[in-house]
Amino acid sequence: MEIPDQHNNRQKTAAQIEKEVWAILENVADPEVPVLSVVDLGVVRNVQALATQSEENWKIVVSYTPTYTGCPAMDTMKMNMRLALIQAGYKNVDLTQVLSPAWTTDWMTEAGKDKLKAYGIAPPQYKQLVCTPDSFQQEEAIPCPRCNSYHTRLVSQFGSTACKALYQCNDCKEPFDYFKCH
Amino acid sequence: MNSSLLNYTLQLADNALIIGHRNSEWCGHGPILEQDIAISNIALDYIGQARNFYQYAAKLTGNGATEDSLAYLRDAIDYKNCLLTELPNGDWAQTTLRQFFFSTYQYFLYQQLQQSTDQQLAAIAEKAFKEVTYHLRWSSEWVIRLGDGTEESRGRMLHAIDELWSFTGELFEGDSYEQQAVNDGYGVVLQDIRNSWMKKVATVFEEATLPIPAGNIWMQSCGKKGIHTEHLGFILAEMQFLQRAYPGAEW
Ligand SMILES: [Zn+2]
Repeated sequence: MEIPDQHNNRQKTAAQIEKEVWAILENVADPEVPVLSVVDLGVVRNVQALATQSEENWKIVVSYTPTYTGCPAMDTMKMNMRLALIQAGYKNVDLTQVLSPAWTTDWMTEAGKDKLKAYGIAPPQYKQLVCTPDSFQQEEAIPCPRCNSYHTRLVSQFGSTACKALYQCNDCKEPFDYFKCH
Repeated sequence: MNSSLLNYTLQLADNALIIGHRNSEWCGHGPILEQDIAISNIALDYIGQARNFYQYAAKLTGNGATEDSLAYLRDAIDYKNCLLTELPNGDWAQTTLRQFFFSTYQYFLYQQLQQSTDQQLAAIAEKAFKEVTYHLRWSSEWVIRLGDGTEESRGRMLHAIDELWSFTGELFEGDSYEQQAVNDGYGVVLQDIRNSWMKKVATVFEEATLPIPAGNIWMQSCGKKGIHTEHLGFILAEMQFLQRAYPGAEW
């Protein structure tokens, strides 16, 4: 594999480099929901390009936040972000975890929500609707990603991964994952 | 080094690790697939919380400790988790009732801890609070379903209350490092969350048609001081075996 020469970057401004880095990260997928990138997910919080005197020219600082505390995909995402940047010629990369403010599904991009739905996963609703501990409260009305019916039911609050709940459509009978609000 | 802050952080970490380990024992044994997945997911959330607290504690020690050395190389007497978290799972009623008691405690604890003057503790609590909200909802529903269910399920829930109630007092009994944490402004006043806890338990028990144990019941304690039931030793023996036998082993 050819590693691009960073010397071309000498003439660029920090803002240009940062824009490039965002574009690179837009191609780093969530290993558990591969249609979403780490940018769609809202996991990447900030990108900073710092000029250095070394041969590397630019030091890239990426701040990211985990979706769920125990999300096992986080380590893989972190590694893949680093690899993608190295492939693009950025070797001096600092990946910094930030916990606060805590990740919320409200940070998922609209493009990300559309991709989720097309993939068969119902995208998250707005969080103020559901994030309370009261039991047996009215269930959220989650539209079926296949037929758009709101006539669906919750099967389990915990689905195939930490971020999802399991639903079933009463009309077309399709069982589907819901990327739950957080 | 601020030893109260370290102990306070370790206590939060140990509670999460030990109850997470207990829940993980259900993996592959849950009553139905969806619930097996649910409790395994909750276990995963706990391991994540424990990692965040251990990483912070490791930094506080300043002696080269790591999240792994804190989890795998300390003895039972160094562990500060509450006794409730280390009790064997028992049946599904006992597991879900323990989860309900503990999640209610964590819900109010983390709600307050988000205002801690210690920024790292506040950030971890902010993150974990959202997950605990789901744990609390899930476990409340099980307490209600089983308590207000069949004769069999109700009997099991009543038995679970007998088994667990005397372990709930310790949650709100602050040790000296917790008192210091309150004095220094980064700790949570346990008496305040005890009142919220009682109210939540009363609400859910009422819906579950379950009685709150009455009278002045003697409460178990001392887990926070490192004095544990025999059960913790067995957990650690299993959890720590590999790192003790093959120090530094990696996957
Ligand atoms: Zn449908």
